[in-house]
Amino acid sequence: MKALIIDDSRAMRMVLRRIVTNAGFDVVEAGDGQAALDTLDEASLPDVALIDWNMPVMDGLQFVNAVRAQPAMRNITLMMVTTESEQSQIVRALAAGAHEYLIKPFTPEALLDKLSMLGLLPVGEPANTSYETESLS
Amino acid sequence: MTVTAEQFTFLANMLREKSAISIGPGKEYLVESRLTPVAKAIGLPDLSALIDELQRPFPNATVRDRVIEAMTTNETSFFRDHHPFDTLRTHVLPDIIKANQAVRRLSIWSAASSTGQELYSIAMLLDMNFPELADWDITLVGTDLSTDVLEKARAGRFSPLEVNRGLPAPMMARYFTRDGAQYVIDEKLRKWCSFEKMNLAEPWPPMPLFDIVFCRNVLIYFELDVRQNILQRIHRSLATGGYLYLGGSESTVGVTTGFEPIRVGNTVVYRMEA
Repeated sequence: MKALIIDDSRAMRMVLRRIVTNAGFDVVEAGDGQAALDTLDEASLPDVALIDWNMPVMDGLQFVNAVRAQPAMRNITLMMVTTESEQSQIVRALAAGAHEYLIKPFTPEALLDKLSMLGLLPVGEPANTSYETESLS
Repeated sequence: MTVTAEQFTFLANMLREKSAISIGPGKEYLVESRLTPVAKAIGLPDLSALIDELQRPFPNATVRDRVIEAMTTNETSFFRDHHPFDTLRTHVLPDIIKANQAVRRLSIWSAASSTGQELYSIAMLLDMNFPELADWDITLVGTDLSTDVLEKARAGRFSPLEVNRGLPAPMMARYFTRDGAQYVIDEKLRKWCSFEKMNLAEPWPPMPLFDIVFCRNVLIYFELDVRQNILQRIHRSLATGGYLYLGGSESTVGVTTGFEPIRVGNTVVYRMEA
């Protein structure tokens, strides 16, 4: 399984990388939506994209719109991972075509639960992690 | 661990006697983490002092109740383990709805409901997936031993960490409104769900027959004889053809009879045998 992590915070990209790598994903990273689009290779698309909202150049919502406009990329699961927590923002993201939404701060278990719910983890228990149950912001 | 072996034994015996909860060696960390805050909250320096208080000839009942509540609070989350709720939607509810067409009635009980996420998950699932039940008589009941968690469940207010865990985003968008630092569940669902105080290990108040009972990840804390007794009473509380959900590591097999285990995907659900 392959995950595309899109966040302008290097620290957040490292945290997300650690969680999903431990769950068995290969990872590609990008610091904004345009850089993320540039990584997309139709021959090897990611299974899931973890997308921050507020980024320079191209923000997360614009990335979601761009991906959903391309039929060849319809199988990429799109999950917002963002501090935007108002209900209106969640509705906007889902209307744009995001499949899931995780609010920062989040625990590793919350992210893994969402991935499991989406069928992206082995069926049954979420992947074991060595993490304490702590908030990540 | 700041308590002596004798103090731990006293505490274990008290919990078993008052709530049927079983704690044994290896659970010292759990006792320490849950009861040290209780000690501090009532002005005692540490857990050892709290247990000394409980060992007095006439212990303060309020202090004792707070200790029991702190030890019995269940961790919960929305759509915990998610696949039991998939089977609820795809198999169990369709079966019950078909059976109850004539009476147009549905009753579901979430036993040890804690802060309410399980019962609210069931309510969201019903509202979103079964519009045909709009004019049915639906009873959704959650029960728990702890007054604190019942109050929180009734309020229907959850932290960002709580709504983050297990709750599908479409349901978050549809059923929750942000109010300051918290998320409040839709008033319709709050009114639909009732939460009552009840101790599974003690005599139960009169209850209706239920079509579905959720009793997940709580029986593991009880001794075998208490577990058997509770399951037998759950059996008597189920309507004909009713279903019981247990936690993933729990089973009626080898504990009591009267239930037929049915595997649906990754879930084992227990159907009441007449």
